Amino acid sequence: MASNYTVTPEEILAISGVNPRRCMKCGRCTATCPAFAEMEYHPHQFVAMVESGRIGELMNSRSIYRCLSCMACIERCPRQVDPARLIEAVRLAVERKQGGNHLIPDQVPERLEPDMPQQLLVSAYRKYTK
Amino acid sequence: MVYNYFPGCTLKEKAQDLDTWGRRCAEVLGVPLTEIPEWQCCGGVYPLSKDEIAIRLSSVRALIYARDNGGTLVTLCSACHNVLKQTNFDIADDENFSLKVNNYIASDGQEYHGETKVLHYLELLRDVVGFDAVKKAVKNPLTGRKIGAYYGCLLLRPGRKMAMDNPENPRIMEDLLSAIGATPVIYAQRNECCGGYLTLEDSDLPEKRVKRILANAKAQGAEMLITACPLCFYNLKKYAEGTGVEIRYLTDVLAEALGVKEG
Repeated sequence: MASNYTVTPEEILAISGVNPRRCMKCGRCTATCPAFAEMEYHPHQFVAMVESGRIGELMNSRSIYRCLSCMACIERCPRQVDPARLIEAVRLAVERKQGGNHLIPDQVPERLEPDMPQQLLVSAYRKYTK
Repeated sequence: MVYNYFPGCTLKEKAQDLDTWGRRCAEVLGVPLTEIPEWQCCGGVYPLSKDEIAIRLSSVRALIYARDNGGTLVTLCSACHNVLKQTNFDIADDENFSLKVNNYIASDGQEYHGETKVLHYLELLRDVVGFDAVKKAVKNPLTGRKIGAYYGCLLLRPGRKMAMDNPENPRIMEDLLSAIGATPVIYAQRNECCGGYLTLEDSDLPEKRVKRILANAKAQGAEMLITACPLCFYNLKKYAEGTGVEIRYLTDVLAEALGVKEG
């Protein structure tokens, strides 16, 4: 659902602790991202769009729920920009607003399978709700 | 020496094999694990933001208990290990985080600055027991078995904080496989993500990821993959049927080699 609600780049930088200006646009984060094909905006675009203040577009994008937090971009960024931290910060900006949770508890029981590890549910709740 | 042990929620439930065989093998190898009392869930994923403080306190409490009881905390689950080790690193490295955590725990009369040594089970085997000693304890060597180590994302990254092995070209699990007589299979996807928690919402991506991992491992000759992560185990197993690649926990395979468990 598209929303006009947005936050400032400064808020994203405060949540993430990232300085996007360190980015030298090498594209390694996007090249190494296992969720690349599922994202409308790729990790290197998050960095550029946060820097230029296009936060609202990122907040309305499904891309913020496709990051796996696998830390490949964090490990491989030669400038310690850590794009996954920006993606997390944008997602948190959405989820911290009342009604902003992405995972609705009522939807969980129908998705459960007998062998699902507790770790899966705990992690999904951590990522998709506040 | 006390080896405090943080099992985590999944090892008490769906991943009991990982836990049971891990404890039994540790006993046989002379490093019995002592479960810490009243541990609380680690949260599964370490926050990538700077301003989430309270959700890291359960880890801090486990770390404090371990510091006051011998100084070492061992974990087996890749996720618990990742969260506990990153919490421990950041509290020593990030003044702002440390200040806020210490403000919280001051009301319990506590103070903490990262004094505990956090070890993954694999580090316990490599650095305390020694892989040579593991090799000597083997009763049923897995001779001729071609096994790939699946590290996934949480065991090694971020390399700067986990400080366990080279995050891009690891060998700790391969060295263990060699010690128990197996032939380790190196394949490119061994440290790439399985699709993780996305599987709850939309299994398309995990399915693609796992099929790629399995195809890559199989092409390199692997007949089995071992992991320390219950979520990797679940995702891998879901699509492994019919591929000829068996998925097992590392402690399960170790138990077989040590003669603790019937193969």
